[in-house]
Amino acid sequence: MKIKHFFLLFALVLFGCGKSISPVDSSIETGVFHFGNGSEPQGIDPHIVTGVPEHHVLISLCEGLTIPNLNSGGNLPGAAESWTVSDDGKEYIFNLNKNGKWSNGDPVTASDFVWSWMRILTASLGSQYPDMLYYLEGAEEYHTGVTSNFDEVGVKAVDEYTLKVNLKNPTPFFIGMLSHYSTWPVHKETVLKHGAIDDRNGQWTRPGNFVCNGPFQLKSWELNNKIVVEKNPNYWDAEKVSLNEMHFYPVSNVMTEDRMFRAGQLHLTSTLPSQKCPIYIEENNPDLRIDPYMGQYFYRLNVDNPSLKDVRVRKALAFSIDRKLLVEKVTKCGQIPAYSFTPPGSNGYQPDTKIPFDPELAKELLNDAGYSESNPFPKLEILFNTNEDHRKLALAIQQMWQQNLGIEVELVNQDWKVYLSREMVGDFQVSRAGWIGDYEDPNTFLDLMRPNRGNNKTGWEDANYDSIVEKANSTSDQTQRYELLKEAERILIDNMPIIPLYTYVRSYQLSPDVKGYNPHILDHHHPKFIYLERD
Amino acid sequence: MITIFFKRIILAIPVLFAVASITFFLIKIAPGGPFDADKAVSPQVLKNLNEAYNLDASNWEQYVDYMSGLVQGDLGPSFRFPGRSVTEMIATGLPVTFELAFYAILLALFMGIFLGVLAALKRNTFLDFIPMAIAMIGICVPTFLMGPLLVLIFGINLELLPVSGWGQLPGDKILPSLTLGFAYAAYIARLSRGGMLEVLNQDFIRTARAKGLTERMVVFKHAMQGGLIPVVSFLGPAIAGLLAGSFVVETIFQIPGLGRFYVEAAFNRDYTMILGTTIFFSAMIVFFNLLSDLAALWLNPRSRDT
Amino acid sequence: MKNNSLWSDALYRLSRNRAAMLGGFVLIMLIICAVLAPWIAPYSYSFQDLNLGASPPSSDHLLGTDILGRDLLSRILYGARISLLVGFVATAVALIIGVCWGIVAGYMGGRVDSIMMRIVDVLYGLPFIIFIILLMVIFGRNLWLLFGAIGAVEWLTMARIVRGQVIGLKNQEFVLSAQAMGVSNLSMFRRHLLPNILGPIAVYATLTIPQVMLLEGFLSFLGLGIQPPMSSWGTLIKDGVESMEEYSWLLIYPGITFTITLFALNFFGDGLRDALDPKTSDN
Repeated sequence: MKIKHFFLLFALVLFGCGKSISPVDSSIETGVFHFGNGSEPQGIDPHIVTGVPEHHVLISLCEGLTIPNLNSGGNLPGAAESWTVSDDGKEYIFNLNKNGKWSNGDPVTASDFVWSWMRILTASLGSQYPDMLYYLEGAEEYHTGVTSNFDEVGVKAVDEYTLKVNLKNPTPFFIGMLSHYSTWPVHKETVLKHGAIDDRNGQWTRPGNFVCNGPFQLKSWELNNKIVVEKNPNYWDAEKVSLNEMHFYPVSNVMTEDRMFRAGQLHLTSTLPSQKCPIYIEENNPDLRIDPYMGQYFYRLNVDNPSLKDVRVRKALAFSIDRKLLVEKVTKCGQIPAYSFTPPGSNGYQPDTKIPFDPELAKELLNDAGYSESNPFPKLEILFNTNEDHRKLALAIQQMWQQNLGIEVELVNQDWKVYLSREMVGDFQVSRAGWIGDYEDPNTFLDLMRPNRGNNKTGWEDANYDSIVEKANSTSDQTQRYELLKEAERILIDNMPIIPLYTYVRSYQLSPDVKGYNPHILDHHHPKFIYLERD
Repeated sequence: MITIFFKRIILAIPVLFAVASITFFLIKIAPGGPFDADKAVSPQVLKNLNEAYNLDASNWEQYVDYMSGLVQGDLGPSFRFPGRSVTEMIATGLPVTFELAFYAILLALFMGIFLGVLAALKRNTFLDFIPMAIAMIGICVPTFLMGPLLVLIFGINLELLPVSGWGQLPGDKILPSLTLGFAYAAYIARLSRGGMLEVLNQDFIRTARAKGLTERMVVFKHAMQGGLIPVVSFLGPAIAGLLAGSFVVETIFQIPGLGRFYVEAAFNRDYTMILGTTIFFSAMIVFFNLLSDLAALWLNPRSRDT
Repeated sequence: MKNNSLWSDALYRLSRNRAAMLGGFVLIMLIICAVLAPWIAPYSYSFQDLNLGASPPSSDHLLGTDILGRDLLSRILYGARISLLVGFVATAVALIIGVCWGIVAGYMGGRVDSIMMRIVDVLYGLPFIIFIILLMVIFGRNLWLLFGAIGAVEWLTMARIVRGQVIGLKNQEFVLSAQAMGVSNLSMFRRHLLPNILGPIAVYATLTIPQVMLLEGFLSFLGLGIQPPMSSWGTLIKDGVESMEEYSWLLIYPGITFTITLFALNFFGDGLRDALDPKTSDN
């Protein structure tokens, strides 16, 4: 008897709630945007957090001096209404928008920016992105404690609405860097109410406390469940904002995210399960989006490793990989084979390096380096962090190296943190890597391979390369500058401390109801341009 | 029984102390720190961060520091989520995981014992084979397959239930509870069948039957008491395991429970969070093991006087 | 009651149990396939045909191929080696430690029991993932380490179950009378306690084997177990689940193999238990 009741109840519950209206359907009325956000943001303090999910939430809550123009490139006014650059390219004057307000109604002033930039450069705060502002005069000195006088740093409030910034060198990508959240302002009074300037654990980021100057304001935050932001009536451009609320879901499992999208619980996914991509392409799935993305997938070679010291060996490894086959048969989601370190076409820059697929030549190079049948190349290890896609690619490359060069290759996958620490101390031979641009300029890639950069990790150092990149970055003429960067990149590819494999694409699913969500090479999508409409 | 209970509660203190100490040094040996990230931070920044979290002190100092905090009930701040304390995070995840585990274990006990006892009583008939075959399949089908399968059927194809969430949309608690419950139901069914078979062969059951007691009395009053002992000893670790192991279900169904915090903390090297959740789960394990021991004692009349 | 006749009796009873014999036969066939994998597999486990990609079963590839164009049948055959080995060895490790620990704790009782079971509680509490990561870092990738790691986790529940059973048996007449006769502890464990708890042990062991095989898939994914391109059923099933909507055969065939193995094990285990049970002899 009891069992019958149980099943009856179960059936009732099952069918009682059947075929309800999905969240995406009801959003047409309510104006709520359901956003698949990958993982739980560490926080929403723009000076402390790092990472992409944090960016998605922050871009709705806070606004920097400029915002990237998502349609035609370049930049649009943000907190600054207009700006001028001096002839030598070293002095910037920003005129702040006089209607700019914090979400509590206070005006956004130039001194707010000065204080915010002082905060991120305060060493004891332990921000992970102070170097974004190292281009300012005196900033590095202040952060590293050479000087304790913030007046020596090149940022000044000339008056309430005028901000003057002085750079060490003409830095053509400086405006572009302002789209990074580490340069965004925080509300001084709120921060100080809940802790000191260098308090990482202040409670000011909690719902109810949080104050910022973006198009939305924080409504609620349920850990590992969702973050809700609602329209900020005090935002200077509030009438342009169409969405009423955005709900950010930290869905770390890509399969779950895919199913949530298909069940109408999300408008947008953070990514796509890689095995689904070719199927969706084949089906002409209208929700599938594949956008260009400024990111590169490559292998680092440890040039300090005895087997990889010889540049001929490194070239042999690079020349025996069939990149076209990799993107067509392994990654299968519109990725582009990479023959340079910088993604081609980023902000008009076209690298002119070549990496042939030539097993014969590769074999010859390996022979020249002294390896033959009688003296076989020692076993090579590919290090990668635990992930299905990295494993697949490594398997394919393992086979290519084995077949084309006769090298025995072993795959080593490690937990993410172990992988990072092994890379950091140079305990690897070949290691998989990826790099996503921080701003729209080739420098965000080429800077990586300069000596003593923490993310170089290959042990490769070249004084010539370093001085050319350095020289390029103090050149204000863009054409001349790009020529220098191309030269640097030729040196890099000729030495092959890294093997470029493919250029990333941003693949995700987007509901057809969402309008104004345009492709962007850095994957920035300003929520004030997004609206919901059913055709 | 009450003295045993209190004795064991007191014994739990050295157990938790040992767990905390061992875990503390284990995570210190594990390579990679909480601040290692994709984009390497400069040594200067790393130094600042380590200072901010007192990670520049010697391990021993940090250990003493942590332990004295622990005694006062302070689990420290999370390293991964600035501005959040470990206590706060456990407090948000716990009710959800408890609720999920409660539904799952209820379902598992109900289905498992029913099928297991039935199979034992009808040994070598279809009423034995079919439930046991189902239980076997239940064991073969891991949670990470059962979850997506149920979602694809009920969520995507039939569009009857939400595919994810917990308390967000009506009916979203059904599929996760079923998924987690099934796995344990299969175990309980097999264990209770095995236990019942042992008991049904024993003399006191035969005596009971010979005395002319009804079959129902024999089964419910005598056999089940002894026959369910294996289930009860399994239940202690199972409930504790259910809490910790709800990670897979919580991930598949996007449930904001403690299991996800626990596993993600380990991967993120969020030291204080690993310690906090580990100590917490150990306390749960000790507690539920104690309960299951007491229940076994109570079910087994012959060992009661020891 | 000579040992000899006990075993031959058991063997006789086992041979009369049809389900058990069928299960045993299937298991032996599987083991033979696993051992002979290099000779009977149509392809190597690692050979990729990238141009082919994932293809459904065909005459060239009887069970189809995976995303990298590797023959599924061959990978299942090779996978049997790892999975059967892990299943049996790790379960045996868990069984030996767990049974010994449980019997001693349960029979001795008092302070010994208390200390032994508190140690179990401590081990239960330690964070498994950190433990695995550390093992990997300290010892590198090693198949024996995998057995040890799995055994080290799985014996805990076994010990608890055995202890519970032993406590139940402790006050029964045959134990008490054996005690009165001055039987040594060791022979008490071997002769009197062990045979009486074989039932639950056999059941739990058959429950542990599939768990262990799946755990291996997870650990291999984390990097502790086998190294790619080697295959195991655990990794094949894990991969199959991920693409079950697109390439269902990648889940179905490893799944069927896995299920058949478990049924065979189970029939055989049940038969073995019935045959060994001293009480069933007079049934």
